[in-house]
Amino acid sequence: MTQTSDFIELKMPAKPEYVGVVRLTVSGIANRLGYSYDDIEDIKIAVAEACTNVVNHAYNDTDKEEALMFIGCNVFSDRLEVMVADRGGDIDVNSFINGKGPVDATKPIEELKEGGLGLFLIETLMDKVEINSNSGVMIVMTKFLQRDGVEQDDNGISKETPKQ
Amino acid sequence: MNLQVDVQGNGKKSVVKLSGEVDVYTASVLKEKLNPIAQEAEQLIIIDLSDVHYIDSTGLGIFIGALKTADKSNSSLKIIGANSRVKRLFEITGLNEVIDINEDQREEV
Repeated sequence: MTQTSDFIELKMPAKPEYVGVVRLTVSGIANRLGYSYDDIEDIKIAVAEACTNVVNHAYNDTDKEEALMFIGCNVFSDRLEVMVADRGGDIDVNSFINGKGPVDATKPIEELKEGGLGLFLIETLMDKVEINSNSGVMIVMTKFLQRDGVEQDDNGISKETPKQ
Repeated sequence: MNLQVDVQGNGKKSVVKLSGEVDVYTASVLKEKLNPIAQEAEQLIIIDLSDVHYIDSTGLGIFIGALKTADKSNSSLKIIGANSRVKRLFEITGLNEVIDINEDQREEV
Protein backbone atom coordinates (compact mmCIF):
# COMPACT_ATOMS: atom_id res chain seq x y z
CA MET A 1 0.00 0.00 0.00
CA THR A 2 1.58 3.25 -1.07
CA GLN A 3 0.88 6.22 1.08
CA THR A 4 2.12 9.73 0.84
CA SER A 5 2.88 11.41 4.10
CA ASP A 6 3.54 14.90 5.32
CA PHE A 7 6.30 15.43 7.83
CA ILE A 8 6.30 18.19 10.41
CA GLU A 9 9.34 18.83 12.53
CA LEU A 10 9.67 20.88 15.68
CA LYS A 11 12.79 21.71 17.64
CA MET A 12 12.12 23.22 21.03
CA PRO A 13 14.06 24.09 24.16
CA ALA A 14 13.59 21.20 26.60
CA LYS A 15 11.86 23.47 29.10
CA PRO A 16 8.53 23.00 30.89
CA GLU A 17 6.98 26.08 29.28
CA TYR A 18 7.33 24.59 25.78
CA VAL A 19 5.56 21.30 26.49
CA GLY A 20 2.20 23.06 26.13
CA VAL A 21 3.30 24.55 22.82
CA VAL A 22 4.13 21.08 21.47
CA ARG A 23 0.80 19.80 22.81
CA LEU A 24 -1.17 22.50 21.01
CA THR A 25 0.75 22.04 17.77
CA VAL A 26 0.24 18.28 17.69
CA SER A 27 -3.39 18.80 18.66
CA GLY A 28 -3.78 21.04 15.61
CA ILE A 29 -2.26 18.41 13.35
CA ALA A 30 -4.47 15.66 14.79
CA ASN A 31 -7.50 17.88 14.38
CA ARG A 32 -6.63 18.42 10.73
CA LEU A 33 -6.54 14.66 10.23
CA GLY A 34 -10.05 14.31 11.57
CA TYR A 35 -9.56 12.47 14.86
CA SER A 36 -12.37 12.46 17.37
CA TYR A 37 -12.23 14.78 20.37
CA ASP A 38 -11.28 11.91 22.68
CA ASP A 39 -8.52 10.66 20.37
CA ILE A 40 -7.07 14.17 20.10
CA GLU A 41 -7.04 14.45 23.89
CA ASP A 42 -5.31 11.06 24.13
CA ILE A 43 -2.65 12.14 21.62
CA LYS A 44 -2.14 15.43 23.49
CA ILE A 45 -1.51 13.62 26.76
CA ALA A 46 0.80 11.00 25.22
CA VAL A 47 2.92 13.62 23.45
CA ALA A 48 3.05 15.80 26.56
CA GLU A 49 4.16 12.79 28.65
CA ALA A 50 7.02 12.08 26.23
CA CYS A 51 8.09 15.75 26.26
CA THR A 52 7.81 15.87 30.06
CA ASN A 53 10.19 12.92 30.26
CA VAL A 54 12.68 14.82 28.10
CA VAL A 55 12.35 17.96 30.24
CA ASN A 56 12.70 16.07 33.52
CA HIS A 57 15.19 13.34 32.73
CA ALA A 58 17.13 13.76 29.48
CA TYR A 59 19.57 16.50 30.34
CA ASN A 60 21.60 17.21 33.43
CA ASP A 61 21.99 20.70 34.80
CA THR A 62 25.29 21.44 33.06
CA ASP A 63 23.92 21.04 29.56
CA LYS A 64 20.53 22.62 30.23
CA GLU A 65 21.40 25.56 27.98
CA GLU A 66 21.67 23.41 24.86
CA ALA A 67 18.92 21.08 25.98
CA LEU A 68 16.52 20.51 23.11
CA MET A 69 13.59 18.26 22.37
CA PHE A 70 12.90 17.11 18.85
CA ILE A 71 9.39 16.35 17.74
CA GLY A 72 8.53 14.82 14.39
CA CYS A 73 5.02 14.17 13.12
CA ASN A 74 4.48 11.79 10.24
CA VAL A 75 1.02 12.38 8.89
CA PHE A 76 -0.45 9.44 6.99
CA SER A 77 -3.96 9.09 5.64
CA ASP A 78 -4.80 6.44 8.23
CA ARG A 79 -2.55 7.29 11.14
CA LEU A 80 -0.43 9.84 12.94
CA GLU A 81 3.06 8.91 14.01
CA VAL A 82 4.72 11.19 16.55
CA MET A 83 8.39 10.97 17.44
CA VAL A 84 9.80 12.63 20.51
CA ALA A 85 13.56 12.55 20.90
CA ASP A 86 16.37 14.10 22.88
CA ARG A 87 20.13 14.13 22.68
CA GLY A 88 20.71 13.69 26.36
CA GLY A 89 23.16 10.85 25.95
CA ASP A 90 23.01 7.41 27.46
CA ILE A 91 20.25 6.75 29.88
CA ASP A 92 19.01 3.55 31.43
CA VAL A 93 15.74 3.27 29.50
CA ASN A 94 15.03 -0.09 31.08
CA SER A 95 14.75 1.45 34.52
CA PHE A 96 11.97 3.65 33.15
CA ILE A 97 10.29 0.80 31.37
CA ASN A 98 10.46 -1.38 34.46
CA GLY A 99 9.24 1.42 36.69
CA LYS A 100 6.08 2.11 34.74
CA GLY A 101 2.64 1.01 35.77
CA PRO A 102 -0.64 2.11 37.28
CA VAL A 103 -1.18 3.02 40.90
CA ASP A 104 -1.05 -0.05 43.12
CA ALA A 105 -4.06 0.39 45.38
CA THR A 106 -3.11 -2.63 47.48
CA LYS A 107 -0.16 -0.72 48.91
CA PRO A 108 -0.44 1.51 51.95
CA ILE A 109 -0.68 5.20 51.05
CA GLU A 110 2.84 6.03 52.22
CA GLU A 111 4.29 3.54 49.73
CA LEU A 112 2.50 4.86 46.66
CA LYS A 113 4.80 5.96 43.83
CA GLU A 114 4.47 9.45 42.41
CA GLY A 115 6.20 8.57 39.14
CA GLY A 116 5.98 5.88 36.51
CA LEU A 117 2.59 6.95 35.25
CA GLY A 118 3.86 8.85 32.20
CA LEU A 119 5.15 5.96 30.15
CA PHE A 120 2.24 3.83 31.29
CA LEU A 121 -0.17 6.46 29.96
CA ILE A 122 1.66 6.74 26.64
CA GLU A 123 1.33 3.00 26.09
CA THR A 124 -2.30 2.96 27.18
CA LEU A 125 -3.45 5.95 25.15
CA MET A 126 -1.62 5.23 21.89
CA ASP A 127 -2.01 2.21 19.59
CA LYS A 128 1.67 1.47 19.06
CA VAL A 129 4.73 2.66 21.00
CA GLU A 130 8.42 2.07 20.36
CA ILE A 131 11.26 3.25 22.56
CA ASN A 132 14.83 3.43 21.30
CA SER A 133 17.91 4.59 23.09
CA ASN A 134 21.00 5.69 21.20
CA SER A 135 22.79 8.82 22.45
CA GLY A 136 19.40 9.90 23.72
CA VAL A 137 15.93 8.48 23.92
CA MET A 138 13.43 8.37 21.07
CA ILE A 139 9.80 7.44 21.56
CA VAL A 140 7.75 6.73 18.45
CA MET A 141 4.03 6.55 19.04
CA THR A 142 1.26 5.87 16.60
CA LYS A 143 -2.46 6.50 16.72
CA PHE A 144 -4.59 5.01 13.95
CA LEU A 145 -7.35 7.12 12.48
CA GLN A 146 -9.74 4.29 11.67
CA ARG A 147 -9.77 1.20 13.71
CA ASP A 148 -11.99 -0.81 11.33
CA GLY A 149 -13.51 -2.50 14.31
CA VAL A 150 -10.18 -3.92 15.40
CA GLU A 151 -9.83 -3.16 19.07
CA GLN A 152 -6.22 -3.33 20.11
CA ASP A 153 -7.10 -2.42 23.61
CA ASP A 154 -6.81 -5.55 25.71
CA ASN A 155 -6.67 -4.05 29.15
CA GLY A 156 -10.37 -3.51 29.59
CA ILE A 157 -10.32 0.25 29.24
CA SER A 158 -13.23 1.47 27.24
CA LYS A 159 -12.41 3.28 24.04
CA GLU A 160 -14.91 5.13 21.97
CA THR A 161 -14.63 4.57 18.28
CA PRO A 162 -14.24 7.82 16.38
CA LYS A 163 -17.57 9.26 15.35
CA GLN A 164 -17.59 10.14 11.69
CA MET B 1 -1.64 27.88 29.11
CA ASN B 2 -1.91 28.69 32.71
CA LEU B 3 -3.16 27.47 36.01
CA GLN B 4 -4.89 29.42 38.70
CA VAL B 5 -4.99 28.00 42.21
CA ASP B 6 -7.47 29.51 44.66
CA VAL B 7 -7.50 28.31 48.24
CA GLN B 8 -10.37 28.90 50.62
CA GLY B 9 -10.24 27.46 54.08
CA ASN B 10 -11.97 27.62 57.42
CA GLY B 11 -9.97 25.75 60.02
CA LYS B 12 -10.74 22.15 59.29
CA LYS B 13 -11.66 22.34 55.65
CA SER B 14 -9.78 23.70 52.67
CA VAL B 15 -11.15 23.95 49.17
CA VAL B 16 -8.49 24.20 46.50
CA LYS B 17 -10.02 25.36 43.25
CA LEU B 18 -7.95 24.84 40.13
CA SER B 19 -8.64 26.62 36.85
CA GLY B 20 -6.71 25.93 33.67
CA GLU B 21 -4.20 23.27 32.74
CA VAL B 22 -2.06 21.12 35.01
CA ASP B 23 1.14 20.03 33.29
CA VAL B 24 4.90 20.05 33.86
CA TYR B 25 4.97 23.83 33.55
CA THR B 26 2.13 24.73 35.89
CA ALA B 27 2.77 21.88 38.33
CA SER B 28 5.19 23.82 40.53
CA VAL B 29 2.52 26.42 41.35
CA LEU B 30 0.11 23.70 42.37
CA LYS B 31 2.71 21.89 44.46
CA GLU B 32 3.69 25.07 46.30
CA LYS B 33 0.09 25.82 47.25
CA LEU B 34 -1.05 22.28 47.97
CA ASN B 35 1.85 21.05 50.09
CA PRO B 36 1.46 23.43 53.05
CA ILE B 37 -2.26 22.66 53.19
CA ALA B 38 -1.63 18.92 53.16
CA GLN B 39 0.82 19.33 56.03
CA GLU B 40 -1.78 20.86 58.33
CA ALA B 41 -3.21 18.39 60.81
CA GLU B 42 -6.68 16.92 60.54
CA GLN B 43 -7.89 18.78 57.50
CA LEU B 44 -10.43 17.90 54.89
CA ILE B 45 -8.85 18.96 51.63
CA ILE B 46 -11.17 19.25 48.65
CA ILE B 47 -9.63 19.77 45.26
CA ASP B 48 -12.11 21.21 42.78
CA LEU B 49 -11.24 20.29 39.20
CA SER B 50 -14.41 21.58 37.53
CA ASP B 51 -12.44 24.22 35.60
CA VAL B 52 -9.49 21.98 34.71
CA HIS B 53 -9.39 21.25 30.99
CA TYR B 54 -6.13 19.34 30.86
CA ILE B 55 -4.17 17.22 33.26
CA ASP B 56 -1.44 14.62 32.79
CA SER B 57 0.80 12.42 34.91
CA THR B 58 2.64 15.39 36.41
CA GLY B 59 -0.60 16.59 37.97
CA LEU B 60 -1.60 13.09 39.04
CA GLY B 61 1.81 12.70 40.70
CA ILE B 62 1.21 15.89 42.69
CA PHE B 63 -2.14 14.55 43.90
CA ILE B 64 -0.43 11.32 44.99
CA GLY B 65 2.22 13.36 46.82
CA ALA B 66 -0.45 15.49 48.49
CA LEU B 67 -2.40 12.37 49.47
CA LYS B 68 0.70 10.92 51.13
CA THR B 69 1.41 14.16 53.01
CA ALA B 70 -2.25 14.48 54.03
CA ASP B 71 -2.27 10.89 55.24
CA LYS B 72 0.72 11.56 57.48
CA SER B 73 -0.99 14.57 59.04
CA ASN B 74 -4.26 12.67 59.59
CA SER B 75 -5.97 14.70 56.91
CA SER B 76 -8.12 13.44 54.11
CA LEU B 77 -8.15 14.51 50.51
CA LYS B 78 -10.85 14.29 47.93
CA ILE B 79 -11.47 15.48 44.43
CA ILE B 80 -14.66 16.96 43.05
CA GLY B 81 -15.87 18.31 39.71
CA ALA B 82 -13.61 16.26 37.44
CA ASN B 83 -14.89 16.08 33.86
CA SER B 84 -15.20 12.77 32.06
CA ARG B 85 -11.74 13.07 30.50
CA VAL B 86 -10.06 13.68 33.85
CA LYS B 87 -12.10 10.90 35.44
CA ARG B 88 -11.03 8.52 32.72
CA LEU B 89 -7.39 9.32 33.45
CA PHE B 90 -7.96 8.52 37.12
CA GLU B 91 -9.53 5.22 36.13
CA ILE B 92 -6.78 4.24 33.68
CA THR B 93 -4.07 4.95 36.24
CA GLY B 94 -5.96 3.36 39.12
CA LEU B 95 -5.80 6.61 41.06
CA ASN B 96 -9.58 6.48 41.58
CA GLU B 97 -8.95 3.53 43.88
CA VAL B 98 -6.82 5.55 46.28
CA ILE B 99 -8.30 9.04 45.98
CA ASP B 100 -11.98 9.76 46.53
CA ILE B 101 -13.15 11.31 43.26
CA ASN B 102 -16.68 12.47 43.75
CA GLU B 103 -17.79 13.67 40.35
CA ASP B 104 -21.05 15.53 40.78
CA GLN B 105 -20.82 17.07 44.17
CA ARG B 106 -19.92 20.70 44.60
CA GLU B 107 -18.83 21.79 48.00
CA GLU B 108 -18.81 25.23 49.48
CA VAL B 109 -16.59 26.39 52.28
